[in-house]
Amino acid sequence: MTPKRSEHIALGLMVSGAFLALAILFFIIAVIMIKGLPHITLRFLLDNPMDMGRAGGIFSTIVSTVYLLVVSLIIAIPLGVGTAIYLTEYTKEGLITKIIRFGTECLAGVPSIILGLFGFILLVIKLGFGWSVLSGGISLSIMILPVIIRTSEEAIKSVPASYRDINKVLGGTRWQGITRLVLPSAAPGILTGVILSVGRGIGETAVVIFTLGTSLRIPFSLFDSGRSMAVHFYLLAREGISMNNAYATAAVLVFSILFINILSYYLMHRFVARRR
Amino acid sequence: MAATAIQRKEKLIERIFLLIAFSSIFSLFIIALFIFAEGLPLIWKVGLKDFLLSTRWAPTKGHFGIFAMIVSSFWVTIGALLFGGPLGLMCSFFLVEFASDRLRAFIKPALELLAGIPSVVYGFLGVVYLVPLVRDYLGGPGLSLLTASIILGIMILPTVISISVDALVAVPDSYREAAFSLGATRWQTTYMVTVHAARSGIITSLVLGMGRAVGETMAVIMIAGNALKIPLSPLDPLRTLTSNIALEMGYASGMHRQALFATGIVLFFFVMALNTIATVYARRKRIK
Amino acid sequence: MSKLFSRLSRAILLSLLVALPLACNNSSPSNGKKKQASASIIIAGSTSVQPFAEKLAEIYMVKNPWAIINVQGGGSTAGVRAAQTGIANIGTSSRNLHPEEKNLYEIPIAYDGIAVIVNPGNPMKNLSTETLRKIYAGKILNWKKLGGVDHRITTITREEGSGTRGAFEELAMEKTEIDQGCIVEDSNGSVRELVGTDPYAIGYMSFGLVNAQVKAIALDNIMPSIEAMKKKRYRFFRPFLFLTRKKPAGLVLKFIQFVLSREGQDILVKEGLIPSAIIQGEKLKWLLQPSREKKS
Repeated sequence: MTPKRSEHIALGLMVSGAFLALAILFFIIAVIMIKGLPHITLRFLLDNPMDMGRAGGIFSTIVSTVYLLVVSLIIAIPLGVGTAIYLTEYTKEGLITKIIRFGTECLAGVPSIILGLFGFILLVIKLGFGWSVLSGGISLSIMILPVIIRTSEEAIKSVPASYRDINKVLGGTRWQGITRLVLPSAAPGILTGVILSVGRGIGETAVVIFTLGTSLRIPFSLFDSGRSMAVHFYLLAREGISMNNAYATAAVLVFSILFINILSYYLMHRFVARRR
Repeated sequence: MAATAIQRKEKLIERIFLLIAFSSIFSLFIIALFIFAEGLPLIWKVGLKDFLLSTRWAPTKGHFGIFAMIVSSFWVTIGALLFGGPLGLMCSFFLVEFASDRLRAFIKPALELLAGIPSVVYGFLGVVYLVPLVRDYLGGPGLSLLTASIILGIMILPTVISISVDALVAVPDSYREAAFSLGATRWQTTYMVTVHAARSGIITSLVLGMGRAVGETMAVIMIAGNALKIPLSPLDPLRTLTSNIALEMGYASGMHRQALFATGIVLFFFVMALNTIATVYARRKRIK
Repeated sequence: MSKLFSRLSRAILLSLLVALPLACNNSSPSNGKKKQASASIIIAGSTSVQPFAEKLAEIYMVKNPWAIINVQGGGSTAGVRAAQTGIANIGTSSRNLHPEEKNLYEIPIAYDGIAVIVNPGNPMKNLSTETLRKIYAGKILNWKKLGGVDHRITTITREEGSGTRGAFEELAMEKTEIDQGCIVEDSNGSVRELVGTDPYAIGYMSFGLVNAQVKAIALDNIMPSIEAMKKKRYRFFRPFLFLTRKKPAGLVLKFIQFVLSREGQDILVKEGLIPSAIIQGEKLKWLLQPSREKKS
C-alpha cells in the first residue's frame, strides 16, 4: 500500500468516525425533540402529574429537581471552592496536594450506584433521613464535588500571580487577597464549574432514585421526598406509563442540559478571552 | 498585638481550608469504610473463593456467587472499549491533525455534549431503537452483551475524545514538522510520531472510558437483560455488578443487603484499579 | 465588586456553618416523629402496590385537602423494612410476610392475581402449570416444543426479592428454581413493555396491570379473572398488604379505613384487583390486631 493510499483510507476512516459520532448526537437530540416537543405546553410545565404521570404535567418534578440541585450545591460549592483555594493558595505542590488530588480523582471515578447504595443505606435508613431532599442532596453533592474542585482550581490558578503581589504590597492578608482579588477574578471560571455540575446533577438517576425517592408530591421541607425529572422520565418510560409524557419530560431534560452546556461553554470562552 | 491577632486569624482560616480540602478524601474514606464494613462480613461468612468464583446467585436461598457478574462486567467493559475506543480515537485524530481550528472549535464541544445526555435517555433509546434491530436481524432476545456494548461505547466517547484530544494537542508542533520534513505524509506523522508521543494520554483516556463503562448502571439495567448466566455469545443477556446492586437494593435486608455491599466492594476494586492505572499513565506524561 | 465578594464569601461561610451542624444534628434518629406531627404520611414498598396506592392517595387527598400522602416504590422487602424502622408510616408488600417479619400489623387491602403473559401475536392460549414450570426452569427452551414456531423462548422473570416473583415461585415453581438464564426485569411495567415488543417472550405480572399490549393466557385451562380468583379456581393470586409498626392511628388509620371502605374497595376492583373483604370475610377490627396475636 502506498503512503498516499493509506493516507486516503485513514482520512476516510477518521472523517467517517467523526461524522458517525456527530450523527449519533444529532440522532439522540432529534428523536427526543421531535417526539417530545409537540407534547410540551405551558400546562405541561405548570401542572402537577396526575394518575402516576399518565396525565397532568411535570411541575412537581421540576421543583424537586431544582430543590435537590440547590441543596447539593449549597453543600458542594463551599467544600469544592474551599478545596481549590487550599490547593492553590495555601500549599506548595507536595504530598498533601498529591493525596488530595488523587482522592478527588478517585471520588470522581466512584460509580454513581455506589453513591446511591451508600446514600440509601447510611442516610435514608441508618440515619433515618428517609427518602428526602436532604439524603439526595448530600449524596449528589459527593458526586459533583470533584467537578467543582477541578474547575475551581483551574479558574483560581489562572488568576495572574501579579494580583497576589499587589495584595502583598498593599499590606493585605492572605485572606483579604483571596476574598478581594482572587475569588472575584476567578468567579466566572468557578461559575462555569458550578453550571457544569448542575448539568451532571440534572441527568443523574442512579444516585437520586434511591436517596430522593419517587414521591410525586412537591417537597417542602428538607425531609420531604420528591421525584426528579430524570427519575420521572425513567419511571414513565420503563413502566410504559405514558410514552408521550416520557418523551416530553426527556425533551425538557435534554433541552435544559443543552442550554446549560452551551451557557457554560460561552462563559468559559468569555473568561478565557478576558484573561488573554 | 494587632499583628498577632491577625496572624492568629490567618492561621485559623488556613486550618479551616485544610479541613475543607480533605472533604473529598473524607467522603471517599467514609464511603469505602462503610461499604467494606457492610460487605466484608458476608465475604467472610461465605468465603472469598465461593463469593468470587461461584456462579450461583440466589440470595434469598443463601447462595451468593458473583462470578457471572464479574465476567459480565468485564465483557461489557471490553465491548464498550471495542466500540467506543476506535471511534473515539478516530474522532480525536481527525480533530487534532486534520480538522481546521474552527471546525474543531465546533465539533469538540458538540461531542462533549454526549456526556451531558442522561444515561436513562441512552438506555431508553437503546431499548426503543437498538434492541429490536439486534433481535430481528441477529437473533436472541435483543437485550444483550452486544447492545450494551454499543450503547456504552457511545457513552464513553466524550471521555475518550476530550482526554485524548488534550493529549494530542499537547504534542509540540516541532515533532510534526520534523516528520514532515522527512517526507512523511500526514497520516504517517500521526500514527508514527504524534500518537507515539501522546500515547500515555491516549491510554489514560481509554482507561478512564473503561472506568465510566464499568460504573454505568441505569442504561445497562435497561438494555442488558440482567440474566444471571455467563454470556457465551454477544447476543446473550447478562448482568453486571452495577445492575446487580441497583436491581435488588430495594429488597435487600440482612445477608442479601450485605451481599450487595460485597458486590460494591468488588466494583470498588475494579474502579480503583482502573483509576490508579490512569493516574500512573497520566503522571508518566507529566514527567516527560 | 470586591464588596460583593466579601459578602459572598461570608454567605458561603455562613451556609457552611449552617450545613455542618445540620449534618451532625440529624444523626440522632429522631425525625421519624416529626413527620407524623404534620398531617402527612409516607407509604413505601412494593412496586406492584405502588400504582394502586398512588391512585387511592390521589383520590383521598382530593377529598381531604389537609392530608398529605407520599407514595414511594422500593420493593416489598424495602416496604417491610420501612415499616419496621418507621421510615414509612405504612409499608406495603405484595407477598406474604416471612415468619421473622411477623412483628408488624398487617392489613390485606386487596388480592391481586398473577397473570402469565405472552405477546399478542403469539397463538398460545393455555399452559399447564407443569409446562410453565419447565419453561421457567430452563427445561423447555423453544416454542416448537409447545407446538409453536421454531424460535427460542425469551423467558422473563422478576428480580430476586420481588413480591411478585416470591408469589410466582411459591405458586408455580414449587421446589424447582427459576433458571439463571432468564431475563430479569425490575417492575411489572418493564415486563409488560418487553413482552409487548418481543414476539417470542413470556412473562408474568400483576393481573391488575395487564393491558392490551400483552395477552394473558389460561393456566390449566382457566383464564385469570376476578370471578375465577374469587372462587379460588385460578390459584395464582397473592395479598397486597399494608404494614404498620404501631397500631394505626390518626391519618394512617383514616387512610386505611378509606381503603377498606366500599368506596376504596370499588376503586381497587375497577383497577382489576380482588376486594379484600371477599376473600377475608372478616372485619376491619380483627385485621388490626398484630399478626402474632391473630394466631391465638
